[in-house]
Amino acid sequence: MSTAPPAFELAGVRHRYGARTVLDIPHLSVPKGATLGVVGPSGAGKSTLLRLLQGLERPAEGTILADGAPMPHPLPLARARRITTVFQRPLMLDRSVRENVLFGLRVRGRTDRAAAAPLLERLGLAHLADAQARRLSGGEVQRVALARAMAVEPEVLLLDEPAANLDPANVSRVEAFIRDAQARGTTIVLVTHNTHEARRLAHRTLLLIGGIVIETGRTPEFFESPSHPQTRAFLAGELVY
Amino acid sequence: MRAIEGILRTLGEPALLEVVSLTFQVTGLALLIATVVGVPLGAVVGLTRFPGRRLVTLVLYTGMGLPPVVVGLVVYLLLSRGGPLGTLDWLFTPSAMVAAQTIIAFPLVAALTMSAVEGVDPDLRLQVRALGATRWQTGWTVLREARIGLTAAIVAAFGGIISEVGAVMLVGGNIEGQTRVLTTAIVLSTRQGDFALAMALGIVLLGLALGANAVLLQLQGRAK
Repeated sequence: MSTAPPAFELAGVRHRYGARTVLDIPHLSVPKGATLGVVGPSGAGKSTLLRLLQGLERPAEGTILADGAPMPHPLPLARARRITTVFQRPLMLDRSVRENVLFGLRVRGRTDRAAAAPLLERLGLAHLADAQARRLSGGEVQRVALARAMAVEPEVLLLDEPAANLDPANVSRVEAFIRDAQARGTTIVLVTHNTHEARRLAHRTLLLIGGIVIETGRTPEFFESPSHPQTRAFLAGELVY
Repeated sequence: MRAIEGILRTLGEPALLEVVSLTFQVTGLALLIATVVGVPLGAVVGLTRFPGRRLVTLVLYTGMGLPPVVVGLVVYLLLSRGGPLGTLDWLFTPSAMVAAQTIIAFPLVAALTMSAVEGVDPDLRLQVRALGATRWQTGWTVLREARIGLTAAIVAAFGGIISEVGAVMLVGGNIEGQTRVLTTAIVLSTRQGDFALAMALGIVLLGLALGANAVLLQLQGRAK
């Protein structure tokens, strides 16, 4: 059994925007190399959780341990560079697709232009390498954003709705890409509206509603025998706001 | 017909080259200084939050509308014998003209740079940081994204100072062969009734402005 500390451990974390509490997580642990699926309706605090884990915001209360040590704010560069996020609304730089994919390497002082090709190939974007990234469709942008994040080979990958705008063929591509990352031992937090996606990819799943953790557990049990009535309602597609 | 002959005659005169050359030196140096100081300052004001930011913004916006003749007057008083900077002995030299034009160009460059970087989606900054960029790299990336606005800032400042007459006239003195630039030469020719010369100089000024802006636009295109 591994004794490595979890990639993230949250204790008593509360976050507010103004007077409104948007996240309240008494305890949450994300083991190294595992994939945590975070599901819940819009406005549940899922994206806020990712911003805290990326170190872009500091929680109003509580502690976040990363690799067993408290996460300082702002994160020192070396630590920040081990984590990367694919945002829900990925924004492209006004450059070519290839240059977008290479951006994370460039800021690390690496100039290997060939690094983009296999990632673009894997995501069905090889023919767009020289296209202007701002002219791509929503689904293409999402895949470029995923390639851009994976180019830096992060230890932790935070994914915010990575397949939301994709057709079924590209959902398969993206999920295969995520499985590659899992096979390499990348810790993943996958935020998704799509419970099927969480079921297919996550080792553990967490349901957030209104910033509150309703239920968390191993993915098979979470979906097959949820213990909380709100989880059952959410999984049955009922309104749980 | 006489006017056209006059224009053609003027365009062939060596004195014109001197005036054009000084115009470019004064305006070019002022624009360079205003850009080197104004772009980073505008970027910092646009990208960061600090106490007094609104006041700085207000000062920059007000500075965009500074009447050149008032700038000329203030620089004149500062550089005159009894003024606090009188020992520099700059009055009626190109240095004084550069100083005055820099003061006119700087708020234009800084304020328009600020607007340009504020126009870049703030989420892009977060995404760039999440890809591992340092603060400097993030700032540089945002500036690159705002390059069209930055070019506009520099073009606006260039247009503001190459066409300006009040300040350079006051602090330069329009001395032939020393501080005469295109705009002050136009004023003098008009006063002397030599409208053909004034028109010729005006055409040269417009042509230079057109050429300089074409170069700036070309540079913007290359930065893409």
